[in-house]
Amino acid sequence: MTLESVQTAVQTGPDAPPLSTAQVVARGRVRRTARRRWVIGVLAALIVLGYAVSLLVGQTFYSPAEVIGVILGQDVPGASFTVGRLRLPRATLAVLAGLCFGLGGVTFQTMLRNPLASPDIIGISSGASAAAAFAIVSLSISGTAVSALAIGAGLGVALLIYTLSFKGGVLGTRLILIGIGIAAMLDSLTAYVLSRAAMWDLQEATRWLTGNLNGVSWAQTVPVLVALVLLAPVLLGQSRNLSMSQLGDDTASALGVRVERSRLILIIAAVGLIAFATAAAGPIAFVAFLAGPIAARIVGPGVSLLVPAALVGALLVLVGDFLGQFAFGTRLPVGVITGVLGAPYLIYLIIRTNRAGGSL
Amino acid sequence: MTHTHTLAVQDLTLGYGDRTVIDGLDLVLPAGRITAIVGANACGKSTLLRSMSRLLVPRSGQVLLDGKQVHRMPAKELARTLGLLPQSPIAPEGITVADLVGRGRNPHQRMFSRWSAEDDEAVAAALDATDTASLADRSVDELSGGQRQRVWIAMALAQQTDLLLLDEPTTFLDVSHQVEVLDLLTDLNRSRGTTIVMVLHDLNLAARYADHLIALADGRVHAVGDPHEVLTEDTVQAVFGLSSRVLLDPTSGRPMMLPIGRHNVSVPA
Repeated sequence: MTLESVQTAVQTGPDAPPLSTAQVVARGRVRRTARRRWVIGVLAALIVLGYAVSLLVGQTFYSPAEVIGVILGQDVPGASFTVGRLRLPRATLAVLAGLCFGLGGVTFQTMLRNPLASPDIIGISSGASAAAAFAIVSLSISGTAVSALAIGAGLGVALLIYTLSFKGGVLGTRLILIGIGIAAMLDSLTAYVLSRAAMWDLQEATRWLTGNLNGVSWAQTVPVLVALVLLAPVLLGQSRNLSMSQLGDDTASALGVRVERSRLILIIAAVGLIAFATAAAGPIAFVAFLAGPIAARIVGPGVSLLVPAALVGALLVLVGDFLGQFAFGTRLPVGVITGVLGAPYLIYLIIRTNRAGGSL
Repeated sequence: MTHTHTLAVQDLTLGYGDRTVIDGLDLVLPAGRITAIVGANACGKSTLLRSMSRLLVPRSGQVLLDGKQVHRMPAKELARTLGLLPQSPIAPEGITVADLVGRGRNPHQRMFSRWSAEDDEAVAAALDATDTASLADRSVDELSGGQRQRVWIAMALAQQTDLLLLDEPTTFLDVSHQVEVLDLLTDLNRSRGTTIVMVLHDLNLAARYADHLIALADGRVHAVGDPHEVLTEDTVQAVFGLSSRVLLDPTSGRPMMLPIGRHNVSVPA
């Protein structure tokens, strides 16, 4: 079909000639993708705006010229430290971690066909967080080793949940319930590690319990960027297979998807993203869980949610962190803000799932 | 446009865990015909169909498509020749009919390729063939059972395979929709030469619509061939453990089975 005939197909005035079936099909497709593109554009613009505000505004306001100067590497008195060392890495990590949580979350939710199957509900984030807290607080190690441990723990938890819920077929409510149990155990393990270390530093504690961006430096931000650059393309490459998996394993397989292989790639890439982000910022509460359903609501059914969910995740962390810092007089960690947003939605979902089978 | 493909199974053994479901089965499915597989519950009908479309790896033996083992073929290549409609496929929430049918194009698309005009035409042809074009922009959630089944068949048609396997395509449908679905599949077979293989519960509809009937019992073929040879009182007794009368259906001339239960039997069998 030519572009012209698609355009004709999109025009539907009272005088328009009746459409052929192919034109109706093309029109529906054009509408769906147009809405998705529009949503992606708006979300990206909001992220740029939020990022800019996070750099300019704080206890002291710096002008755009000063901020740009800092980014270009000039020495601006005051701003070089405040913007260059504090605000820039913090806002950058907010965006990167949000992208990771959004991508990882929506991948699990779509793959398991249930919004409750998000890595921060079923214990994968908790595993990564417990490992990172243990490594940093008890073993006093830092850098890549922490990320490696967090990934190992995240994959380990994924494998454990998968094995425990395997009984003939896998997947479904059993996996989610087992995951919730494991998450609770791992969270108490994190609390234990923090209390045993006899350094009940509130910053550290809130980072590993709910996620916190206070005191973030480039050393924590760069590994997340590397993970995103390596793993996001892997996930995007599986985008179509992920959409097909919504039809159920048998149908997807009959339509030429190598279901097991695709699932393995998706799990490893998604857990990797979650673990890297968690090792840097902690398990920022409910971002992975909320990003997919919010994205689904705004882009509508039938299109890939990976990119929209990633952008929603970034926006949630960016805005949550900004509000946490400045909206309440006292500085709240970002996880407290996103947690307050996520909890009511979790309750709503559990009530709804009780009435009918849940899906994304 | 349709190419003749032969699907055959050789010495096939299938099972789950410790349980053997299909035991050393040999079959050739006639190309360009309609084959129905019948049998009692849990006799391995669906298991056999799943294995023929590669969803289940055989314990031993093989499934051959044109002499090649289906379990070794590239997934998309197989999916361009052989389609399967599972018994209860899942429609993503809120998806529109045209979008769902479009998913059938997956084996014809590459990882990052754009949607082509050919894909639109294939989806349109599938919608037209199943009389669901007027539903194109509707959400699948809103459809009736009969409409939904036609949409699923449309998805399988958009896949444009020469062989189509269907696992109980008439379950959950009332009798008029059952007949409608089977008529549609027969149209497809007659107009395009598509080879149809389906598992059916209803013996009479199976005998009415199939050219070739396979009766399974305990994981083995009990009888196979023309419906007149397969649907007999003896077969029904052996396969279902049920006494019955088999008469000729006055409308189609095909055999027709009347079960004999313990009650309300006035004429001795």
